[in-house]
Amino acid sequence: MSLTQDQIRRIAQLARIAVPEDESGAVRERLNRVLGMIDQLQAVDTAGIEPMSHALDVVQPLRADAVTEADQRARFQSGAPAVEGGLYLVPKVLE
Amino acid sequence: MLDSTLGELQAALAARRVSSVELTRAFLERIQALNGALNAFITVDETMSLAQAREADQRLARGEAQPLTGIPVAHKDIFCTRELRTTCGSRMLEHYTSPYDAHVIEQFGRAGAVLLGKTNMDEFAMGSSNETSYFGPARNPWGRTLVPGGSSGGSAVAVAARMAPVATGTDTGGSIRQPAALTGVCGLKPTYGLVSRYGMVAFASSLDQGGPLARCASDLALMLNVMAGHDARDSTSLPRPKEDYACELGLSLKGLRIGLPKEYFGEGVDGGVLERVRAAIAWFEAQGARTVEIALPNTHLAVPVYYVLAPAEASSNLSRFDGVRYGHRATQFTDLADMYCRTRAEGFGAEVQRRILVGTYVLSHGYYDAYYLKAQKVRRLIARDFEAAFGRCDLIMGPTTPTTAFALGAKTDDPVQMYLNDIFTIPAPLAGLPALSVPCGFDARGLPVGLQVMGPHFAEAKMLGAAHQYQRATDWHRQLPKEAPL
Repeated sequence: MSLTQDQIRRIAQLARIAVPEDESGAVRERLNRVLGMIDQLQAVDTAGIEPMSHALDVVQPLRADAVTEADQRARFQSGAPAVEGGLYLVPKVLE
Repeated sequence: MLDSTLGELQAALAARRVSSVELTRAFLERIQALNGALNAFITVDETMSLAQAREADQRLARGEAQPLTGIPVAHKDIFCTRELRTTCGSRMLEHYTSPYDAHVIEQFGRAGAVLLGKTNMDEFAMGSSNETSYFGPARNPWGRTLVPGGSSGGSAVAVAARMAPVATGTDTGGSIRQPAALTGVCGLKPTYGLVSRYGMVAFASSLDQGGPLARCASDLALMLNVMAGHDARDSTSLPRPKEDYACELGLSLKGLRIGLPKEYFGEGVDGGVLERVRAAIAWFEAQGARTVEIALPNTHLAVPVYYVLAPAEASSNLSRFDGVRYGHRATQFTDLADMYCRTRAEGFGAEVQRRILVGTYVLSHGYYDAYYLKAQKVRRLIARDFEAAFGRCDLIMGPTTPTTAFALGAKTDDPVQMYLNDIFTIPAPLAGLPALSVPCGFDARGLPVGLQVMGPHFAEAKMLGAAHQYQRATDWHRQLPKEAPL
């Protein structure tokens, strides 16, 4: 199937990626090429086949619900774009 | 020294014929001489590396040598390091330094290795040519207008050009084996779960696996001994007892059953590649191995399956890059949503954006069953092909790639053409299987060809044994690339 310009805008919005209007034609053309290749899968008979989400079909291990990490907030925040008083700063969300 | 194997370097260090400082300095000088042309390293810090080498020399003097004490190792810039920035080949992480070391980095630290630098790679490991790197492509030492392959292209170039004795890489759809083949070195993708993904920047978590690149299979075995091991911080890390991956280097090839999948020897594979791969297989037969024709009938579906699953997992993994906690943040924006959108548009390159968009689409409401679930079902069909095949053979052999190295820029305009280069390397990770590439000759243009060896889960030692036996009888891996004379 082939994506429309509207669908591209919607997907870009979901992915939180700004796609400039003048580039969206090129983005669409390349995405449609990839989706055209992927569409081969639709013809495959997969009736009764279990989806495979892990290569070795292992079970997720469980661990005790205990704190194992020390507080390293200052260190972690040293690489943040904007912090103040131990908090991460973002643009105003509420008026 | 630059041309030595790990075994030779260990012996030289133990006998005090060379110090770690001398060895490290020799590789740093080599990097300085060649990196301008080959762009294999993104970050090198001579002061830091030499300080580690001095400490290694002190440990050697005290008789406290671990397996790799004093040996410089280059790491793909996807492994988090406290000592050096970790860019993952992206503008998003251009100035990012991790607050912790990856498990793999810790393991090399415990083994005594010296951190030589961080190697170039396709952005977030998404690419087959190194051309998606924000830092410009690494170049193939067999011809500077050629791609080295990707995504672990910088590591492959560093090893091929003798800028590092060995290096680490990661493989999601061929990112260790394909660049190894295109640059004439060895590369191994281990069984999924053998090497911890802790501190390895995530691309497609159900496929990503770290592994070594080296010039010979015996060095791969020594590297895997260091890299593999259970780590509770990666929930998919397998709790298996420690294994010595060098234990089958003396493998007898007599009676070894080698499966030859007919899908790997057909249309679309270069004549020069086929000729060299067939000659290598004939050598194994001459040593008493038996070849068995097998079928992997869903091979042609591996690329479409991969380009649903990998982008889907990537779109989820890369949602963490939001310009809030670390990494790039746009300077101009109107509100929070706009900040996210501009940050990600500026921080990610075109290929990464494309894969996030594909992944977002296949996971979106109404399309999940048709794409994602469908791809997971076909993934199982591909895994079953291998199960059936390994009922009839011990190892599978074929070409690593359909062609030798291609020209820079040749496939950048057509993502699908680029993706098809990985047709023979994508199936193994989908099934979680170990696979390696070993040099098996040169085509008519003098470019290296890789023989791929695939095995059942946990067959690494046997695969390395087969590759080692082949390398004892051949000298393809000893040839020096023409752009990197010693």
